[in-house]
Amino acid sequence: MTKTAERPPAAVRARPAGAPPPAADRRRRRLTDQLRAYAFLLGGLVCFALFSWYPAIRAVVIAFQKYTPGSDPEWVGTANFTRVLNDPEFGAAWRNTLTFTLLALLLGFAVPFVLALVLNELRHAKAFFRVVVYLPVMIPPVVSALLWKWFYDPGAGLANEALRFLHLPTSNWTNGADTALISLVVVATWANMGGTVLIYLAALQSVPGELYEAAELDGASLLQRIRHVTVPQTRFVILMLMLLQIIATMQVFTEPFVITGGGPENSTVTVLYLIYKYAFLYNDFGGACALSVMLLALLGVFSAVYLRLTRSGEEAA
Amino acid sequence: MSTRTLVSPAVLARPRGRAVYWTVFTGVVVLFALAFLFPVYWMASGAMKSPDEVARTPPTLVPESWSTSGYTDAWELMRLPVHLWNTVVQAAGAWLFQLVFCTAAAYALSRLRPAFGTLVLGGILATLMVPAQALVVPKYLTVADLGLLNDPLAIWLPAVANAFNLYLLKRFFDQLPRDVLEAAEMDGAGKLRTLWSIVLPMSRPVLGVVSIFALVAVWQDFLWPLMVFSDTGRQPISVALVQLSQNIQLTVLIAAMVIASIPMVALFLVFQRHIIAGISAGSTKG
Repeated sequence: MTKTAERPPAAVRARPAGAPPPAADRRRRRLTDQLRAYAFLLGGLVCFALFSWYPAIRAVVIAFQKYTPGSDPEWVGTANFTRVLNDPEFGAAWRNTLTFTLLALLLGFAVPFVLALVLNELRHAKAFFRVVVYLPVMIPPVVSALLWKWFYDPGAGLANEALRFLHLPTSNWTNGADTALISLVVVATWANMGGTVLIYLAALQSVPGELYEAAELDGASLLQRIRHVTVPQTRFVILMLMLLQIIATMQVFTEPFVITGGGPENSTVTVLYLIYKYAFLYNDFGGACALSVMLLALLGVFSAVYLRLTRSGEEAA
Repeated sequence: MSTRTLVSPAVLARPRGRAVYWTVFTGVVVLFALAFLFPVYWMASGAMKSPDEVARTPPTLVPESWSTSGYTDAWELMRLPVHLWNTVVQAAGAWLFQLVFCTAAAYALSRLRPAFGTLVLGGILATLMVPAQALVVPKYLTVADLGLLNDPLAIWLPAVANAFNLYLLKRFFDQLPRDVLEAAEMDGAGKLRTLWSIVLPMSRPVLGVVSIFALVAVWQDFLWPLMVFSDTGRQPISVALVQLSQNIQLTVLIAAMVIASIPMVALFLVFQRHIIAGISAGSTKG
C-alpha cells in the first residue's frame, strides 16, 4: 500500500506560521471534517456491516443454535455439528468437493498453462485467440451448465456422438456414479479457463527474452527452457492462480445443481450444495451454518495464504 | 515490437521451423474452433432445428430448415421479456449502487482521512478472505429479516459490499496527483464538488473496469438470486432458465439459453480490448 506523506491541509498552510487558529475553532473544523468523511463512508459501511460483517458473526452464532425464522432461537451447544457430521452425505460432500478441486487443479490448471505457453509463441491472430478463449467465461454459468447437460445426454448428446464418430466406446458421463464428477470438472474447466489463460499469458510476456537466449546458448532444450526459465520466472503468478482456483472450485455449486442434482448416488454433492440443501430443503439453518463455518475455516486458510502472497509480491514489485 | 520468447526467431526463420510453426498454428486454430466456437454454433443452430431433428442420432450438422419458432416460442412461453427485464433492473441497480457508495467510500478512505480509517479499511479487506458463497445462508437470513426477499434491493445492497471493487477504486484515487486536488480546494471547491468534477473525470479507466465487473457479476450470478427470489415473476433469467428447464421442449430451452447469453457476449465483443487488458493487468498488479 502506498502511504501518502501527511501534509497539513492547504487552508492551514496558508496561515502565517506565527498565528495558529484558536483551539476551539480548530476542533470544530476537525469535527466537521470527520463528519463529512463519515458521510461519504456511510452507505458503504452500512452495506458491509449488514451483508459481510454481521453474516460472518451470525454464521458462527447460528451454528450453535436451533434456528427457525420467525421464532426465538434456542442454544443447542454442538448438536448441529454432531448432526451434520453424522449425515452420510457429509463425507460424500467433502470427498466430492476435494476431488473436484484436485481434478480441477490438474485439468483446469494444466490445460490453460500449456495453452498459454503455446499461444505466447504464436505471432499471428493474437487478438482472435484471446477473444475466443475468453468467450465461454462470458456465457452465463447457468447456460454453460445447461449446454453441457445437453452434450452429455445419453441419447442425442454430442459427447457420445463424438465418441461414436471416432469409433470409441461411449460413456455414461453424468449418469454414471464414477464418471459424473470428472464430467463436471470438464464443464467447469471449459467455462472458466479463459481467465487463467489470459492472466498467465500476461505473466509470460514479462519474462525477459535474454534469459531464453542465455539458456539457449548454454544448450538448454525447449523443455529445459520451460523448466528452468519460464516456470521460475512466473512462479508467483502460478501460485496465485492456483490458490484462486482452489478457493473458487471449493465453492462449486451451479454445475452439480443444474446438471446432476447431486446424483447419481450422491457422487456430485458438494459442500455448498449440502449447505443449500440444509437451509432450503430441510429448513435446518443451524446445520447449514455449522457446515458454513467448517467451509469458512478451511477456505480462510487458503485465502490468508493468498493475501499474504499478493501482499509480499506487491512489496517486492 | 517483438520480444524474444521460448522459441528463438532464428529457429522460426528456418524452413523446418516455419513448417512446425504453421502446423502448430493450424492445430491451435482447429482446436479453438472445435472447443470454443463449435459449442456456441451448436447452441445457436440447435435452437433453429425442428424438435425431432434436434433429438435425432446421428445429429445433423446444419439444420434442415432454419426455423425461428424456437426463439419466438422461448420469448413467449418462458416469458423472457419479464426475466430479461428483471435481470437488467437488478444489474443496473447493482451497478449504480456500487458506483455511488463504493466510490464515495473509497474517496473518503483515500482522501478524507477519517478517524479509524485504517481499521475500516482493514475490516473491508478482511472480507476478501471470507469467500462470499460460504456466507450465503446467514446473509439470506439477514435479507429476510430486513424484509427484502423478492425485492431487487436484495441484489443491490449486498452488491455494495464488494471489497475488491472498493479497493480497486481506493488504490486508483491514492495515485491521483495531490496538486490537482489541492488546487481545486484552494479554488474553494467542496469535497463533493472535488469528487464529482475532478476525481471522477480522472478515474474513467477504473470506473469502466468496476462497471464491467459489477454488471457481469450480477448477470452471471445464480445461487444468490435463486435464494432470494422465490417469486417466479421476479426471477432473473439465470434462475428462470433452470426452473423452467425441466418441462420445456429442448429447442425452446436452447433458444432461451442463446437469448440469455447475447447481452454479456455482446458486451464482451464491444469492450473486448478493455476487458482483456483489465484481466491481463490484474496479474501483474496483484
